[in-house]
Amino acid sequence: MSAHVGRTAAIALWGLAGTPVQIEASVNSGLPGIDIVGLPDTSVSESRKRIRAAISNLGITLPAQRITVNLSPGSVKKVGTAFDLGIATAILAAAGHLPTGAGAGLVFVGELGLDGRLHPVRGVMPCALAAVRAGFGGCAVPAANSAEARLVPGLKVLGAGNLAEALNALGGQVAVPALPPVSSPPSAAASRPATGDLREVRGHGDARRALEVAAAGGHHLLMIGSPGAGKTLLAGCLPSLLPRLSDVEAVEALALRSIDGTLDAAAAEPERQPPFEAPHHRTSAAAMVGGSRPGTIGVFSRAHRGVLFMDEAPEFHRDVLEALRQPLESGRCDIHRAWGSVSLPARFQLVLAANPCPCGASMGPQGACSCSPMDRRRYRGRLSGPLLDRVDIQLDMLPIAPADLHSGQPSEDSASVARRVARARERQAERFAGQSWALNAQAPGSWLRESFALSRAQTQPLDRALERGSLTMRGYDRIVRIAATIADLDDRSAPDGDDLLAALVLRTREAA
Amino acid sequence: MGTQTLGRRGEDFAHRYLTAQGWDVLARNWRCRAGEIDIVARDGATIVFVEVKTRGSLRAGHPLEAIGYRKLRTLRELAVRWLTAQPQWYPDFRVDVLGILWNRGDPHVTHVRDAQ
Repeated sequence: MSAHVGRTAAIALWGLAGTPVQIEASVNSGLPGIDIVGLPDTSVSESRKRIRAAISNLGITLPAQRITVNLSPGSVKKVGTAFDLGIATAILAAAGHLPTGAGAGLVFVGELGLDGRLHPVRGVMPCALAAVRAGFGGCAVPAANSAEARLVPGLKVLGAGNLAEALNALGGQVAVPALPPVSSPPSAAASRPATGDLREVRGHGDARRALEVAAAGGHHLLMIGSPGAGKTLLAGCLPSLLPRLSDVEAVEALALRSIDGTLDAAAAEPERQPPFEAPHHRTSAAAMVGGSRPGTIGVFSRAHRGVLFMDEAPEFHRDVLEALRQPLESGRCDIHRAWGSVSLPARFQLVLAANPCPCGASMGPQGACSCSPMDRRRYRGRLSGPLLDRVDIQLDMLPIAPADLHSGQPSEDSASVARRVARARERQAERFAGQSWALNAQAPGSWLRESFALSRAQTQPLDRALERGSLTMRGYDRIVRIAATIADLDDRSAPDGDDLLAALVLRTREAA
Repeated sequence: MGTQTLGRRGEDFAHRYLTAQGWDVLARNWRCRAGEIDIVARDGATIVFVEVKTRGSLRAGHPLEAIGYRKLRTLRELAVRWLTAQPQWYPDFRVDVLGILWNRGDPHVTHVRDAQ
């Protein structure tokens, strides 16, 4: 290695995918200054100023020569401020402030402040993942990001409060300024919607059952009920019923949060609860899909491996409801913008809540509703057929009865229900071993019908509904799917006629 | 020593330095409306316009760091003006910058050829 070329590595993030980038710095004759080449965007080019100031404020004099920095491969776009640390280290290696070969096998991530301190950046976790995948042994990150980087197994993490510490860890000899390390900004994670426990839900036997079935089979759920019936409360209980995230799922979900800047590393590992997102109904389609700028994600992706709850679903903008189709279909959001294209994972369980009509009173006492039939029809029509096609369970929720409220019996808590759900999921894993799907909700109807070999007597009510035309074939398959989940919850390998009838109850919209 | 005296001494030193390299100094402190060229010299067949920047310490940074994009652009404009003012035609020219650090004792010269 030539004495005047310094080399480090960094990761260029594009969506969740990271490409290893080699940073080369070379000191040559010419007027003093730093040039950065290799497809940097503005935020990367700006790092010249930060690096210059940070290095000089650490008491290091750069040679009065031209410094050229090359980021290769030059065909990959580099976005963001996380390249500062790698570029600064490469420059100092080129200028002879680090031993030859220092930093080999390490990936550098971090933004420099003018005083040389390292500021936390977004996307540290996907960078660390990409580093492991590319065979790097370690990762130098800002101290405020080190807990996050440590979530990735198989990577040595070097957390540094400022550039001087990082350099000294690489064999440099730099006086470390007495500055407190930069702490993470108060995490946006704090503003996540609250999740609940089924213990707090009184009555609502049907709805509790529907929620349990939805959790067990991964079925999307629509709840229709008057305002105040408890739809929001119930939806908030769903994450507590779902199994904890597996290693792979947790890494995906956390990496997305890392890009979003809402990852709370301290809480992430012990909890492993599936994400829960409850966007407001005025949220725009762009905010839901994400990617208005490179390196941003939307609500759909934030809900990846978790629950997306859309309260007042018909009030969402039409574009938002249409945008739901792609993630529901493929579990991804493909984003095509002027700045480029990216595909973000977005596989979530959807829970929709809706009032029965615009005024919300049509399920109450006769005559309380002030909506015209036209209003009501338009309101229902906003949830389009193709969308509802994918929502297995569609449930009418009646207002709570006084008897339920005053019954002294305590409600079953989420943990007990979650145990049944976990058992049902195990059954599904056995049933679908070797298949490309893992849950009843994802299984093709034909496959299920064939494997269950239901008898004529068992399917008779369904067949009759099919004949009458009140049930479509797609609806028929949906009922078989729900019945399978009900059987799983009951610890039986195949549904029987009773399960089919119970499933029909969860499809009140269709079969009634 | 004041800044102006230092600058003047730096230019004098540059004159000797360039002559010692076998260059012919054609003009010093050539002025026009657009500004001033410190030294115009001939290095073989090439006309070299030399900007001399002298500093007594590194407190305000290295002298070369003071030559930015704007200054270079001015120097090129001055070069063209000087060339058009000459009766004969010169085929080739370039702009060099001499950074002189003169902190007592011997001056320390950094010569950047063909500054970009």
